[in-house]
This record gives sequence, C-alpha cells and structure tokens, in this order.
Amino acid sequence: MASVEQNMSAERPPVLLDVEHLTIRFGGLLAVDDVSFQARRGEITAIIGPNGAGKTTVFNCLTGFYRPEVGRLSLRHPNGAEFLLERMEGHHIARDAGVARTFQNIRLFQRMTVLENLIVAQHNSLMRASGYTALGLFGARRYRDAEAEAVELARLWLDKVGLTPQADWEAGNLPYGAQRRLEIARAMCTRPVLLCLDEPAAGLNPRESHELNLLLEGIVGEGTGILLIEHDMSVVMEISDHIIVLDHGSKIAEGRPEQIRNDPAVIRAYLGEDDEAEIAPDLLPDQAGEEGIRP
Amino acid sequence: MTAISASEDRLEFSHLRLGEIVKQGVLAALIVVALTIGLVGFRTVDAAGGLTVTTRFGDVIAAAVIAFIGRILVVLLEDRRARLVAPVAGALAVLIFIMLLGSVLFGDNVGRVLHALLPFNDPIVMWIVGIAAAVLSIRAILQLRSTATEHETAEAREARATRFAATVKKVSIFVAPILLVLAIVFPFLPGVDRRLLDIGILVTTYVMLGWGLNIVVGLAGLLDLGYVAFYAVGAYSYALLGTYYGASFWICLPFAGIMAAFAGILLGFPVLRLRGDYLAIVTLGFGEMIRIVLINWYDFTGGPNGISGIPRPSFFGLPFERTAADGAATFHSFFGLTYSPYDRIVFLYYLILVLALVTNFFTLRIRKLPIGRAWEALREDEIACKSLGISPRNTKLTAFAIGAMFAGFAGAFFATRQGFVSPESFTFIESAVILAIVVLGGFGSQLGIVLAAVLLIGLPEFFRELQEYRMLAFGGAMVLIMLWRPAGLLAHRSPTLLLGAKS
Repeated sequence: MASVEQNMSAERPPVLLDVEHLTIRFGGLLAVDDVSFQARRGEITAIIGPNGAGKTTVFNCLTGFYRPEVGRLSLRHPNGAEFLLERMEGHHIARDAGVARTFQNIRLFQRMTVLENLIVAQHNSLMRASGYTALGLFGARRYRDAEAEAVELARLWLDKVGLTPQADWEAGNLPYGAQRRLEIARAMCTRPVLLCLDEPAAGLNPRESHELNLLLEGIVGEGTGILLIEHDMSVVMEISDHIIVLDHGSKIAEGRPEQIRNDPAVIRAYLGEDDEAEIAPDLLPDQAGEEGIRP
Repeated sequence: MTAISASEDRLEFSHLRLGEIVKQGVLAALIVVALTIGLVGFRTVDAAGGLTVTTRFGDVIAAAVIAFIGRILVVLLEDRRARLVAPVAGALAVLIFIMLLGSVLFGDNVGRVLHALLPFNDPIVMWIVGIAAAVLSIRAILQLRSTATEHETAEAREARATRFAATVKKVSIFVAPILLVLAIVFPFLPGVDRRLLDIGILVTTYVMLGWGLNIVVGLAGLLDLGYVAFYAVGAYSYALLGTYYGASFWICLPFAGIMAAFAGILLGFPVLRLRGDYLAIVTLGFGEMIRIVLINWYDFTGGPNGISGIPRPSFFGLPFERTAADGAATFHSFFGLTYSPYDRIVFLYYLILVLALVTNFFTLRIRKLPIGRAWEALREDEIACKSLGISPRNTKLTAFAIGAMFAGFAGAFFATRQGFVSPESFTFIESAVILAIVVLGGFGSQLGIVLAAVLLIGLPEFFRELQEYRMLAFGGAMVLIMLWRPAGLLAHRSPTLLLGAKS
C-alpha cells in the first residue's frame, strides 16, 4: 500500500498533515493502533470504516481533545510553518495551527444567532483588534473596522452555504440540514488550513448532500485541505481524492476511491468474514440500503 | 398535538362520578391529617409544673376539612366543571374575607363574633385560605371565558412567553429611560422619606449585585453560589484600608474591585474543569470559606465583632457632617445649605445608582465585544468554543474576575454605607437571594433583574409588618413566578449584532 502511495505523491499537491504511528488506548481498549496517513492541501481525504473503527478518535487527537499515546501529528502550513499537534492544547490547535472541525452531533451556539455564531468563530482576530477588550470598550475605530470586516467574512460564508436570509435567526431554530451547513461555515470562518468534518452528510437528503459536495469542492478549490469522516458513500466516493479505511483501530486500506471500492479487505470489513466478493460494490458501506448510496 | 387531542377526548367523556371526586377529597384530607397530626395536633407548653403536652385536634380537623373542600374544587375544575366551581369558590372566598374584615365592615362587636367563627385563630392562615379560594374562582372564571387556555400545550405557552418577552423588549426601549429618570428623581419625589430612600438604596445595591452576577451566571453560564464572597472581599477591603490607613472611599473603591477580581481569579482556577452542579457546590464552598476566614482571622478582621468606625464617604473631600473636624468646609457649608442628615442618604443613593448604572452599561457594552460573545458561546457549548480556538480558561477567568469586581465595588459601598461590617452580613442566604434575582429576572435580562430585585428585596422590606410571613410570601412569589414564567420574568435574548441592521 505504501509503495502505491509513494508513486502517486509525485503528481499530487504538497502534504499538509502527516500522521505517523498514531496510537491511543482507553484502558484496555486499543482505540487507534499505529495508524499513519497523510492529508494534502487542496484535497479531500476521507476516513471511512465501520462503527467503532476509531475514526472520531483520530479526529479528537488531531483537534486536541485527546492526547495520543504514541505518534506524531505534524501540520505544515503553506508558508512553511510546522506544528506538532500532539504537543498542543486544544484551543491552540484551532487558533495557531489552523485546524477547524465540525462535530458528529452538531455543536452550534444554539441560542445565539446564525451571524453571531460566525462572529464568535473569529474571536481571536477580533480580540486582538479590540485590544483585549480595553480598546473595544471605548468604541475604538480599529475595533469597529475589524468587526465590519468580520461581518463581511461571515456574509461571504453565509452566501456560500445559502443562509443569508436566516442570518438573524437563532441557530437552534434552523432546520437540521442548515445547521450542518452553518457548522461548516463557522469552522471556515476561523480561516483554517485543515478542515476536519465529522459526518457532515449524516441526516441530509440526497439534494442536500449533493449541495454539500459542491460546497466541499469549493472549499478545497481554495486550497484548504479537508479531512472527512463519512458514512454516506455518495459523498465519499464522489468527492474524495484519497480514502483511508479503518477497522478496529487499524488502517486496513488506503487509496483512490476506485481502489477502495474493490479492495477485498474493505469489503470483508464491511460485510463480515464470509467471502462475498461478488456482492455489488454499491452495497459496500455499512449503511447499505439507505438513500443516497450511489457510488 | 397529543395534548390537544387528549383533552378533547376528555371533553367527550362523561364527567367523573361523585364517588371518585369524594375519594380524591378524602385522600387529600387524610394526607393533611397525617402531615399535621404530629406538628399541629400536639403542642408542648411550658406550664408552671414543667413541660406539658396539649392537643389542638380542632385545628387538625379544620385543616383536613379545608383540604377536603379545596381538593374537591380543584378536581372539579380539572374535570372542566368550572360552572360549578366558580360560584362555590367565589362564595367561599367572599365569606372568608367578610369574616376576616368583619370588624372593619360591621364594627367591633360583629367582627368579634365573626372572628370567633373562623376555624383558625390566626388570621394569616385564613387569609391564605381565602386567597386560595379566590384564585380557584378566578381560574374557574377564566376557564369559562375561554376553553382554549386549557388546551394550550407547553410549546404554545412558551411561544406566547417569547412573544410577550419580545413585546416587553420593544416596550422596554421606553420603559428603561422612564425607569432611569424615575430612579434619578426618586429622592425628591413627594412622599419619599428616609425609610423609602433606604429601601431604594438597598434595592439598588441588589440590582447592582444582580447585574454583576448576571455576567457570571447569565452570560458565561457559570453557576456561582458563592457570589457573596466577593461582596465580602470588597467590603472588607474598604473597611480595613479605611480604618487602618484612613484611606478615602474614592481611593479604596477601585482597590476593593481589584481585590475582589483577584479573589474571583483565585476561585476561578480550581473550578476551571467543573461545570453545572459541581461548579455550584465548589463556589458555595468558596463563599463559606471566605466567611469563615473572616470570622476566625481575629487579629486582622476583628472576627465576629466585625469592623466598626469605617469612614463615611465624602463628596469629593467634603464630609457630610454638622461640623468638620478641623474646621474645614463640609458639604452643607461649602454649598451654603443648612445641615440635614438626609443629605448623606441622598448622596449614598446617587452613589449606588451611579455604580449600578456603570455595571449596567459595562455589561451592555461588553456583550457586543468579542469577550462577551465568547462568554455566551461558552455558556452554549464549551467544546465548540475550544474547537474555534477560544481558550475556555481565559474566558472563564475573565468572567469570574469581572463579575467579582462589580461585587467588590458594591461591597465597598456597603461598608461605607453601614459604617460597620461583620461576617454575618455575608451568609449563604445573600448569595441565594442574588442568584434568585438573576434567575427570576430571566437570565441575561437587565431589566428583568431590576424587576426581580424590586420584587424580592423591595416588597419584603416594604411589608416588614408581615413579620415571619414575609419569607413565606417571598417563597410563594418565587414559586408563582416559576409557575407562570419558568424562564424568568423577561426571558428574551437580544442579538448582539444583526445582519439586517448592517446592510
């Protein structure tokens, strides 16, 4: 597998995130076992696998919610700066390293408005502009300009996710699909270099998940790298540049979508030990039978 | 939806049978008997020959009968037979009130007879029964007038509450300035005497404390049950600096705020990881710790004796005295007024009003700044905050520190107003009252806190004649507010910025 990847790397964009030998253990349970992979700038890298495979745990390590036992997570910015994520505190990863994420169970600021959600995401730049509150308290021009700028960025993302008309709604009152989009917009308002999406298409109807594909393609088009956990194969197969398959905490396969689709190890992981290789690849994911599985 | 159809089903059902209703009444009466037989039925009396036990079974039976009738009326009302309940409950209420007010209405002789007919000797108990009957009849009349209110689902009620709050918000644009003007001219209104002004000072102090605690609880969502500790730190800071070094109030005021903010950070560090109930318990403990330190550090704080002789505030160096100590100018001589002790009270009133308004404007302003939005975001979801690069540690600590700072200011004011501080003024009940003001006001609503403070501090002060029943009324008011407006008096959050307004 590794050699396949080496051959491909020549024509692909530069590496953004390099995960080496990531291992994390919860008591006796080896949740993630020696997983290594790379994510590249301007690419969508998908992590798939059956439930309990350790996908979200990998995310939590990347975004500082868990501290890995073994492993090196290095993030290289386009400007050459390098960050070792395993050594950083959670909010520093978001603030300094530029890793933004969304959550499997949407975590919006429910009772704040849509716009406020996007402004809160720009907390650190606004904080600096407000002179750590001291200047802002007296309505300094510098802060007012910064706030107007923040609103502009928010407006840009509101347009991209189609929520401009609902900008002044309470986030908790939005329909489910809109909440998912808002969470992505909020993550993007932190101006990340790497965006980690935890099941962004969960609960979306086919039309919404198609719109999501377009949105994500737009985001990577601007150079941000995306790391994606997803069960919806119509999303994964259509937009991923690179797929990593986890099962029981270990990486069992890696490659381009079409390679993954025909990988016997992946099929075995999803459908059990029985050799049922002739089963149509469409039925491969664990949510087979749900709408929207059209690889 | 289900609630509506369920109650419609009930409409088609025939009414409850008489036996069922009587059973409910008997059950209630039995519960009352079980509850009161020990507490009310027997009474120890310190008679000449030692402690003897007397019985008051009459009162127990009266209570049981009242419970029986009341329960039957409530069951009938729930059974949608308001037509029956309204006249009966109304008549009962009128009867009880007539008997209570007999001496006023018909003269003393008739009044005495009527009073003797009451089942309880204590008129307060009968007042409560009478009010309960009146409430029942009003509910029955409301039910008769519109059957819709009973159909209302919880969501509909909540939506109505939100709409109401939004209306209040609109009205409050006018109400707030009117209240402000009222507050400013309050000392000079006709009929305002020293007692009313003292109540005004007390209420304004609690409004300020409520606004300060609102930063911690309402905005940042950190349940702080030990807020009074910072009030104590502020008060003792001024008391100690003033008495030991003779420092003036105006120098000590910022210092008291800084000391309290420092105490806030001190509390903040160990509780960074705690949330909800656990946070509440630790803050409660912190509040007690401060009080106990104040009691036991005898050499420094004077222990339970407190500190007396705290310097009174001066009007920019002009004292409010009949004659200044060294022949210097006093407030009245400087302005050519005749000396009046009332001046100082008025000055104190304006002092706390200004301090409270500073708290208010600070809060309104900081809500629209990144730190204020981060507080609210932290209240909503700490994990999401972390994922957006907001440091929960710094955000929480600033909330604790700034909330505590305002308590410190209020504490310094308290010390200078009283001229005396002791640990007794900073018990847990104070924290509870301040928190109750914030909760009843509707988390985060500045105007709601004013109303709640007037309700919870002003009214009990005003009705001091009710003596021990004052606290009963206090508890009753809290229960009623929670029943009618579970989210607080004015639960409405206004956005800190709108896209519509900007474009």
